[in-house]
Amino acid sequence: MTSPAIPQRAATPERLRTLLASQEGVLFIIMLVSVLFLATRTDKFLTVDNLLQQGRFMTEVGLIAIPMTCIIITGGIDLSVGSILGLTAIVLGWSWQELGFPLELAIVTGIASGTLAGFVNGLFIVRVGVPPLIMTLATLALFRGLAEGISKARSARGYPEWFFELGQGELLGIPTQLWLLIVVVVVFGIVLARTQLGRALYAIGNNETGARFSGLTVNRYLLLIYTFSGFMSGVAGYIFVSRVSTTRSDMGTGIELDVIAAVVLGGTSIFGGTGSVAGTMIGVVLIQLLKNGLALSGVTSDATIVVIGSVLIFAILVNNFIQTRRGGD
Amino acid sequence: MKKTLAISLILALFLALVSMPLAAQDRWDGADDLAVNPLACGMGDEMMDDSDEMMDDDDDEMMDDEEDMGMMEYDGGQPAMMDDMAGMDIVLVDVPKLVGIGYFAATTLGQQQAAEELGNVSVTTDAPTEANIDDQIQVIDAYITQGVDGILFAANDPVAIAPVLRKALESGIHVVGYDANSEPDAREWFVNQAEFNGIAKALVDSLADQMGAEASFGIVTSTFTTPNQARWIAEMWAYASECYPDLTWLETLEAQEDAVLSFQQAQTLINKYGEDIDGIFAMTSVATPNSADAVQQAGLCEDVAVVGLATPNGMKPYVNDGCVRDVILWNPVDLGYAAVYVTRAVVDGEFMPGDSSVMAGRLGELMVVNGSEVLLGPPFVFTADNINDFDF
Repeated sequence: MTSPAIPQRAATPERLRTLLASQEGVLFIIMLVSVLFLATRTDKFLTVDNLLQQGRFMTEVGLIAIPMTCIIITGGIDLSVGSILGLTAIVLGWSWQELGFPLELAIVTGIASGTLAGFVNGLFIVRVGVPPLIMTLATLALFRGLAEGISKARSARGYPEWFFELGQGELLGIPTQLWLLIVVVVVFGIVLARTQLGRALYAIGNNETGARFSGLTVNRYLLLIYTFSGFMSGVAGYIFVSRVSTTRSDMGTGIELDVIAAVVLGGTSIFGGTGSVAGTMIGVVLIQLLKNGLALSGVTSDATIVVIGSVLIFAILVNNFIQTRRGGD
Repeated sequence: MKKTLAISLILALFLALVSMPLAAQDRWDGADDLAVNPLACGMGDEMMDDSDEMMDDDDDEMMDDEEDMGMMEYDGGQPAMMDDMAGMDIVLVDVPKLVGIGYFAATTLGQQQAAEELGNVSVTTDAPTEANIDDQIQVIDAYITQGVDGILFAANDPVAIAPVLRKALESGIHVVGYDANSEPDAREWFVNQAEFNGIAKALVDSLADQMGAEASFGIVTSTFTTPNQARWIAEMWAYASECYPDLTWLETLEAQEDAVLSFQQAQTLINKYGEDIDGIFAMTSVATPNSADAVQQAGLCEDVAVVGLATPNGMKPYVNDGCVRDVILWNPVDLGYAAVYVTRAVVDGEFMPGDSSVMAGRLGELMVVNGSEVLLGPPFVFTADNINDFDF
């Protein structure tokens, strides 16, 4: 973390130690240990093909986790992302199949409706002052209901071949959607750590009132990130439809929990003020690899979720322990 | 300015909501819009007319245009070249929609019985704990990577599951479905527990027999998108429009496959329509006992007939004390049992595309329908006379 307490010493071993003892460093080590352990359990796990395939599976969660990190950094939360994903998927399929839009336009309409949904969240949170938890809990139900209503609960199928390129295709040997995730991660890693926008988000999370009095346009920033969250959920919805080749109104159910788990595991404080894109991505990757690695080692799905839950608690405990000790140095 | 914009955007959202009913169809809510093929009217000898059922469409988009043909051509997929495993030990993995419910525990039981009888098959059941399309895809993908000889599945979505099943076929893994189908070319065979029009007829006949041909009823289903339930409701609508035009459909409510929600939805129907409701169709093995419970607690056993699909154990209390007369289902133990036998026969080369039947152990000879489906048999009506003979 970019905590101000980091001493400005130039000695390389010292910097390495600092890096390793940071939230992300500790998490990264936990991830390496898990991967190595899983690799000893089965030789099917640590192969390029399998890892790329896991990259494909985790892209939607990864994409949504980026704006979620921003939101949680400001001390907020967005529970409606899964429903926005479903709404986007349905609007995409419905406007294409029922309204006869060209598929390109249907994709844009779908993502636009996701963005609009995020904007509605932001608007109520900022203007009406509804707490984010309540507002997005309400829209979690509302957007899902809209999706079911619009679709009349029928699924849209039969997309042309090119539509599947994003979700099922490859570019230079790497799943297409993974490229998108990589670009988004790099861009927002920089935005969050190096730009005024990023700093403003941390400032809001640390002390919203203080940020307001410092002249930050807090409302505008908040509106922006909730809208952005809707947009990314929309993009994730498009990718999801492209990957599974059908639209259903129950798509993305429960994905908000996967996303929040990854963000929090990645060291973002649920109270706001700290967090990073790098940490979040390690969280996303760690959860996906655990899921897959355990399945490949012959652990059944119900046991897998128990193990993942335990690892989450363990990782957070270890990190807390190390951070507390480091703080005491 | 900004406010006007925001308000108009919100208005647009709600307009979309309001305009939806305009697009609604004549069919009951929860029905899909695929072609329907109702059976002939009449009571009693339900489902014995096999020749009529040959032309039924299944729940995917691959409509057959040649309805006048008695036999469809084989339309399943084939695995890539692989070693001849005839007679050798094989490892199968079974991926139902989810684990932890009685129904799939029963199919698992049947699979274990078949594996034990055959002696050269081992089956493991593994599936997500919730009926989630993405989780199911990931479980299957992991087993492809891990390497098994065959995959048995019950699809959460016929289209979404297809790419990963095709990948299995390409990797030389045998793929056989049961309970809920995929696109036909993504698997070799599908064991069809009962055809949709047969179940639909049995359900509607039972209600009309109990409450008369002018009864009013509501439906409690899982979700409007669940393929099997949507197909049954469409076929029920088709059969009822033809044979019982005076039956009145009131409303379809979604209850996921959730016990508490099913109870509440049945209660909603009872409270909302009061005297006017004569029956409830419950479309899942969770909705049926909970609907029966709601009717019983309301003291309306005489006035509201619950007819539904359920496993016998869950329904014994209601059937034995007379609150529910008929429970319609097939035998899921036999279903799982047949799936394993079909897979074994495929591996051994005894069951090939184009064959018209397959031998399945104690079930005897099962017929091929719809090109690449194996029909388990007519649906089964559990009543107070026979329900205690079953334990699943």
